[in-house]
Amino acid sequence: MLKGKGIPIFITFLTGMIMIISFFIPHKPFGDIEKISLTWYSIIAGFTMLLGVDSLIGMHFRKLKRKDENWFFSLVLIIGFTATVVVGIIETVRFGTAFDERSYFTYIYNYFIVPLQSTMFSLLAFFIASAAYRAFRARNFDATLLLITAIIVMLGRVPLGEQISPYLPKFTEWIMQVPQMAAKRGIGLGISLGALGVSIRIILGIERSYLS
Amino acid sequence: MGTTIGVWIAAGLTLFIYSFLYKDNPFYKFAEHLYVGITAGYWIIYTWAYVIQPMLIDPMIKNKEFILIIPAFFGIIMLTRWFPQISWLSRWSIAFTVGMGAGLGVTGAIQGFILPQVQATLVPLTGFNFETFNNFLIIFGVLTTLVYFYFSKEQKGVLRWGSKIGITFIMVAFGASFGYTVMARISLLIGRIYFLLSDWLKVLR
Repeated sequence: MLKGKGIPIFITFLTGMIMIISFFIPHKPFGDIEKISLTWYSIIAGFTMLLGVDSLIGMHFRKLKRKDENWFFSLVLIIGFTATVVVGIIETVRFGTAFDERSYFTYIYNYFIVPLQSTMFSLLAFFIASAAYRAFRARNFDATLLLITAIIVMLGRVPLGEQISPYLPKFTEWIMQVPQMAAKRGIGLGISLGALGVSIRIILGIERSYLS
Repeated sequence: MGTTIGVWIAAGLTLFIYSFLYKDNPFYKFAEHLYVGITAGYWIIYTWAYVIQPMLIDPMIKNKEFILIIPAFFGIIMLTRWFPQISWLSRWSIAFTVGMGAGLGVTGAIQGFILPQVQATLVPLTGFNFETFNNFLIIFGVLTTLVYFYFSKEQKGVLRWGSKIGITFIMVAFGASFGYTVMARISLLIGRIYFLLSDWLKVLR
C-alpha cells in the first residue's frame, strides 16, 4: 500500500488544495501558507541539486574509470567541480560566506564562470546567423514576414537604423508595442489556460504521468 | 597580480571557446567541461549559502522552528532514488512539490496572467485616430492568435480565416523576438571582444 500511487496522489491533492484555499483566505494560519510553501519548495529543490550533481559527476567518473574516448575532459570536469566546492568550503569557514568579495570563490566566479558563460552565449550570435540563413529564405509569405520583421527590429535598435530613416526606430517601437504584443499576449493566454487545465488535472489525480 | 592572472585566464578561456568557430577541438572541449564542472560546484555552494543554511539550518537551530523538519524530511526522501529498494519514497517528495506547483499554478495563472492580460486587452475603441487603430489591432491580434491555437473544432470558414490572420501576427512576433535575441547575442559578443581588446590587450582605453 505504501509503495503504491495512492499516498502520492493524496499528498498532491492535499498540498494543491491548501495552496488554492490559502489564496482565498488571506488570514492566519492560511495567509502565510504561500510564503511558507515557497520556502519549503526551495529547501526540497536544494536537496534535488545533490541528485543532479551525483548524476553528472557519476557519469564522468564512469567515463574516467573505463578510460573512454575524451576521458581527459571528464577529469577536467571533475577537477573543476571538486576545486570549486573545496574552495567554497574553505572560504565559507574563512569569511563566514564564500561570496565575500575577497574570497577565492568570488575570484573563480569573476574570472572563470562569467567569461565562460558570456562567451558561450555570444557564440550563439554566429550560429543564430547561420540558422537564420537556412530558416529565413523567403519561401512563402509567412517566412518573408518573419524575415522582414527581424531585419526591421535589428536595424531599428542600432544607430545605423536611424541613419537610414529617422522613422525606423519609431516603426520598430510600434511593431514591439502593437502586433508583437498582441500575438505574444494571445500565445501567453493560451499557455496560461493550458497550465490551468493541467494543474487542475494534477490536483484531481487525473494526470499522473509525473509519478511514473 | 591576482587580477592580472585572472584576466589572462579569462582571456584564454574566451579564446578557447571561440576556437569552436573553426571546428570542434580539444581547447573548446577543455573550456566546455571546465565550465560545466565549475558551475556545478558553484551551484552546490550557492544552494548551501542561500537556501539550506538560511532557510533550514539557521531557523531550526537559532529560532527552534522545528516545523522545518517536514521539508527536510521530504528533501531527504528525495535522495532515496539512490537506493532502488526504497526509491518509491521519492514519489512522496515529487508529489509534494508537484501539488504545490499545481496549486500555485491555478491561482498564479488566473491572477498573475489571465486576468491582467484580458484587462489590458479591453482597450477603448472610441474615436477615429491612430490610437484607436492600434487598440483595434491589439484586440484583433489577440483574438486571431487564440483562434490559431483553437483545435477543438475543424478550422474552416471563419475559423480558417481567423487562424490565417493569427499566424501573420505570430510571424511578426517571432520575427521581432528573433531580432531581439540576435541583438542581445551581438551585444554579448561585443562585450567579449571589448574585454579582449581593453582589459587583456590594452589596445582600447
